[in-house]
Amino acid sequence: MSFLVLPDPDSGVLARRGKIVSQLRRLVSNKSSIIDDEDGRRAFETDALTAYRRMPLAVVLPETTEEVSSVLKFCQREGLPVVPRGAGTSLCGGALPLEDSIVVGVSRMNKVLDVNYENRTACVQTGITNLGISSAVSGAGFFYAPDPSSQLACTLAGNLAMNSGGAHCLKYGVTTNNVLGIKMVLMDGEIIEIGGGHLDMPGYDLLGLIIGSEGQFGITTEATVRILRSAEAARPMLLGFNSNEAAGACVAAIIGSGIIPVALEFMDKPAIHVCEDFAKAGYPLDVEALLIVEVEGSEDEIDDLLGKITQIAERHDPLVVRISQSEEQSAAIWKGRKSAFGAMGRISDYYCMDGTIPTSRLPEVLKEISRICEQYKLRVANIFHAGDGNLHPLILYDANNSEEVEKAERAGAEILKLCVDVGGCLTGEHGVGIEKRDLMTVQFSHTDIEQQIRVKRAFDPDWLLNPGKVFPLDYQKTR
Amino acid sequence: MAEILTPGDENDLANIIAEAVTAGAPLEIRGGGTKAAVGRPIQTAGVVSTSAMSGITLYEPRELVLSARAGTPLVEVETALAENNQELAFEPLYLEMVLGEPAAPSTIGAVFASNLSGSRRIYSGAARDHFIGVKAVNGLGELFKSGGRVMKNVTGYDLCRGLSGSWGTLAVMTDVTMKVLPSAESSQTIVLTGLIDDIAIDAMCAALTTPYEVSAAAHLQQSFVARLSDPELSALGAPLTALRVENFSSSVAYRIGKLGEALKAFGDISVLDEDWSQIFWSDMRQLKVLQGSSDPLWRISVPPKSGAKVVESIKAHHPTCQAVYDWSGGLIWLVMPPISDAGASEVRRAVAASGGHATLIRADAATRTAVDVFQPLEDGVTALSGRIKAAFDPHGILNPGRMYAGV
Ligand SMILES: Cc1cc2nc3c(=O)[nH]c(=O)nc-3n(C[C@H](O)[C@H](O)[C@H](O)COP(=O)(O)OP(=O)(O)OC[C@H]3O[C@@H](n4cnc5c(N)ncnc54)[C@H](O)[C@@H]3O)c2cc1C
Repeated sequence: MSFLVLPDPDSGVLARRGKIVSQLRRLVSNKSSIIDDEDGRRAFETDALTAYRRMPLAVVLPETTEEVSSVLKFCQREGLPVVPRGAGTSLCGGALPLEDSIVVGVSRMNKVLDVNYENRTACVQTGITNLGISSAVSGAGFFYAPDPSSQLACTLAGNLAMNSGGAHCLKYGVTTNNVLGIKMVLMDGEIIEIGGGHLDMPGYDLLGLIIGSEGQFGITTEATVRILRSAEAARPMLLGFNSNEAAGACVAAIIGSGIIPVALEFMDKPAIHVCEDFAKAGYPLDVEALLIVEVEGSEDEIDDLLGKITQIAERHDPLVVRISQSEEQSAAIWKGRKSAFGAMGRISDYYCMDGTIPTSRLPEVLKEISRICEQYKLRVANIFHAGDGNLHPLILYDANNSEEVEKAERAGAEILKLCVDVGGCLTGEHGVGIEKRDLMTVQFSHTDIEQQIRVKRAFDPDWLLNPGKVFPLDYQKTR
Repeated sequence: MAEILTPGDENDLANIIAEAVTAGAPLEIRGGGTKAAVGRPIQTAGVVSTSAMSGITLYEPRELVLSARAGTPLVEVETALAENNQELAFEPLYLEMVLGEPAAPSTIGAVFASNLSGSRRIYSGAARDHFIGVKAVNGLGELFKSGGRVMKNVTGYDLCRGLSGSWGTLAVMTDVTMKVLPSAESSQTIVLTGLIDDIAIDAMCAALTTPYEVSAAAHLQQSFVARLSDPELSALGAPLTALRVENFSSSVAYRIGKLGEALKAFGDISVLDEDWSQIFWSDMRQLKVLQGSSDPLWRISVPPKSGAKVVESIKAHHPTCQAVYDWSGGLIWLVMPPISDAGASEVRRAVAASGGHATLIRADAATRTAVDVFQPLEDGVTALSGRIKAAFDPHGILNPGRMYAGV
């Protein structure tokens, strides 16, 4: 994955590094907020797309919105690119630094500022981890709904930038559906507040534009999110099938019946084996495809719903129908799913794709993905959010073998083109970043992209925020 | 009256807009025109309606997705969905009866352009949350698209949401794609009577912090109760608080029971069964109790627990104003006596104190010229909004000034 071109660093900026760092020092109250030594910076040189690495000029970890503002104002004046950063778990190189850039990380701004259970909102600093929000309110029986598998580490800031989803988004929606307000610093240092403790925005839906803008519009420092009362209980079941087609048909039948489970996850055989080895979740090993279906409610309601789902599944010749019998089993089932990427990482390097397709095209797309990977002599495991068609083919390769790296990237690009061809998109939740930047023209026309770029310029006319990403470089003329 | 142009497809529309750019002649943009009386009055040489771009182009019930040309009547979309036991979960409002007899049906494009959602918004999200794909023509006469037909999509910036609630000032939508959901098998509504506003809001907020998935929570002051369609309710002679539960039948029975227990402290509880529940919430969707008047009508969104306080503080200056609360207190429909500024200064002061926004949904043109119809924004946000407008419509061709001067 090393053939993507990044913008050339400005040698003038590199030469001024010492001076820039000392000027940055004056802008923060805690001197440890500036990291400029080599070891310190190395921790920030990549994100979860580890094939790409660039040492940033310096890293700033501000402690207040005002510090973020001073830093951005300074960078704007000096023409320095800024790469916003949360926890660095982006899978698409969204948080990858450039050599002449200042990384501005919000990880030290991680407090819960206010929780209002009656209004069902929490106001937090964006450096808080995703799970941190739910943990802060779980004592009162509440939770924050979007649950990316990386939730232990990833920050709300990163979730906002990527409009992240998770396994339970089928029912509860993704980040943009669960955020009511933000505080954000624009590149010129101006602090703006949008939305708040009320529903819907006055004026333009700037919140909707900003969420999912991949750190290119401003740096978010605070947010008001919706918190929800947890269901009385939740329970998953496993459905195993002898073909992807049967599993796919079962997904469509469940949704067609009017049941929207909280989660509806799909694993193919290679994925089942890897996850079972890792998590000992009790996944059946002799099936071709496995669905994890979870429903919520009282124990009686759950029995009733799982009964309905079992009836539907029976029509698709399941090999296995197994309802979780205990909290421990449920936890193990989810541990297997949520640690899937980690488990895969233990056996091989992998390249995680994230296209979405219309769910009715599932069987043929899975077949085609196998064909593409076979053609490149690469192994692939599929694990994904079946209810909404968001695929995660994991292409296995050896990162030390440059030929395989390139093959993996090529196979990935073919898979994403396939997703677009069948009516889907390049990325369902991980973002474009650098990884899918050059594929944007597969999904979008020149005018589509130009329209997006004009919106970008409304926020950041000089292209200083997170440059080199999301759009092909030709479109980023001022950088 | 300006001539109404009805382009038959996106290319016609693009030509009309490109010509308007050349002529420097702004256009009024509308769907059916049912909401034409919302916003600052604007004077344009031409009016463009999307009404000739009509029809459902894709509907896959098993994928929960529907696409339609922007001028498709909302009723046509809702009828097609109902045939498959599906619906637009955000319960789009039928504002027309509040604004006056409509000449043409309201359109699906306008549903997203106005982002006005009904009672289920607190549970299912707003119109914008169901808006997943768009094709539109910007103010340069260029056709562009964003999003698509799949539920999860973060490819590029989210221009669907960017266009949500932009009232035709950024681009003219030609095709919209939306997420649809199964209608619940059954619904029932708990009714509490006689509660004063702030106690009613306590009850609604308490209901929403239970795990029983209350899908709507509204409170009507006594004067409005008499106008409900349900004869038993309209004869109550007391304020009414309503909480809806929707689910499979067995769950509804269980949840209504549990919810009733949880709300015992708030007084006697009665339950509207399926049919009466439907009728009550259908009244809410059409704002039935607010019809038949031309008094100024405000739509106010605040944190739910502040709802009663906001109304009280406005009442201190305008004692005859009356409120209908939805969204567990977070949405207030406030009817003002016909005074010169429609009570704008007091409304905005009260809203500023709690955080939120107020839109003057119904008022005569003179009032809408004199006061801000949409919530005034902070300076930084105003400037940013101006830059967003320029990013889509640099020559100010599309509905200029309808939301804000200069936007
Ligand atoms: C094992 C694993 C599992 C994952 N599972 C999921 C999943 O289930 N669903 C999912 O959606 N994603 C998933 N991801 C991807 C990733 O976790 C998400 O994209 C996450 O939101 C990134 O958060 P972060 O804090 O790590 O952000 P970073 O990686 O630090 O940054 C992500 C993007 O946000 C921008 N950014 C960061 N902070 C700010 C800020 N304050 N203001 C503006 N922009 C900012 C960055 O510039 C970058 O573009 C997974 C990743 C891994 C490694």
